[in-house]
Amino acid sequence: MSVIRVAREAYAAALPALSASLVGGLVAGLVLGGMQAELQAVPGLLVAVPALLATRGNVYGSLGARLSTGLHQGLIEPYVDAGDPRLRGAAAAALANGMLASGVAAAAVFLILTALGDAVAPLATLVAISLLSGLLSGIALTVVVVVVVFTGYRRGHDPDSLVGPVVTTTGDVFGIAFLLLSVRLVLAAGGGG
Amino acid sequence: MTTDWTVRGITRAMLPVLLVMTMVEVGSGLVLGSFEAQLYRYPTLLVLVPVTIGTAGNLGSILASRLSTAFHLGTFAFEPTDETLAGNAVATVALAVTLFPLVGAGAWLLQSLLGGAQLAVGTVLWISLASGIALAVLAVALTLGATYGAYRFGLDPDDVVIPVVTNTCDVLGVVVLFAVVQITL
Repeated sequence: MSVIRVAREAYAAALPALSASLVGGLVAGLVLGGMQAELQAVPGLLVAVPALLATRGNVYGSLGARLSTGLHQGLIEPYVDAGDPRLRGAAAAALANGMLASGVAAAAVFLILTALGDAVAPLATLVAISLLSGLLSGIALTVVVVVVVFTGYRRGHDPDSLVGPVVTTTGDVFGIAFLLLSVRLVLAAGGGG
Repeated sequence: MTTDWTVRGITRAMLPVLLVMTMVEVGSGLVLGSFEAQLYRYPTLLVLVPVTIGTAGNLGSILASRLSTAFHLGTFAFEPTDETLAGNAVATVALAVTLFPLVGAGAWLLQSLLGGAQLAVGTVLWISLASGIALAVLAVALTLGATYGAYRFGLDPDDVVIPVVTNTCDVLGVVVLFAVVQITL
């Protein structure tokens, strides 16, 4: 009896957020399915995709959790003030760590594929694409996370329950969309393999 | 840690785990790279990749955070008869059974509208549902193992279990998808 009650409650609590991120994941997949030409032009890029997407979720999920905690503790105010040192520190740290992890992922993919003797694009191409997509999607996700957490908090929602679904949904979509843009920019700049 | 909002302080807390997780995800990318040819031949499979990884990671992270909370509240024991444990495990599998057919149908429909799908709708539904159920079972086992490990070693499950489970489920998402595709196609 009680197991069913627990299960029903857990199911109902998780379904809306999972459904939202499902839609985001399908949109991201559609973009990924449509960028075969780019993936084939940059061997090794597909191998980096899971790491690049997960970095968005890990870094900006953590930024959202930090901002939520800061609001609950009264450390920051729920209004965008670019001069607030805490807000600036949290956003800059997210951006820096996100780009660093993206660059490390690209370098690791290059080294492993080279060691395995597989075809791989030049290191500079992979790193440039990863850093550029990390920067662009990072800026977009910082804006989304700050706006959603602050607006949600001002309207009386618990920002903790908003962060997870918003970051997983927008993280996948922005992650892939800015990856496509970055590949095109780097290839256009002559960074092809 | 929560009061240190400098770039240096946040980086010190975040970067080591982040880099470990990044390397785990590179492992998942290598599995993805190993069936690259099939992914390019059947782009519907490529559409399935982010949503399968994401949903698997989400199922794991939701279960992990619920068990962590129950653990902190002391409403949870490591016994097969524990109601919180059994209820959440049942809910995870039920969520997978609900969502993964939608994942498959959505991927097939979108791919058909855009580029024409080479795989039959039934095949895509089967790949998605079989992967989803396998992933839900693995997510439950992994979350229980990680929560138990954190408990045994006196670690806070919030710090350890959620990142470990989320990122491992990402990897398992790719591995299971790969395995089901190999069996099916």
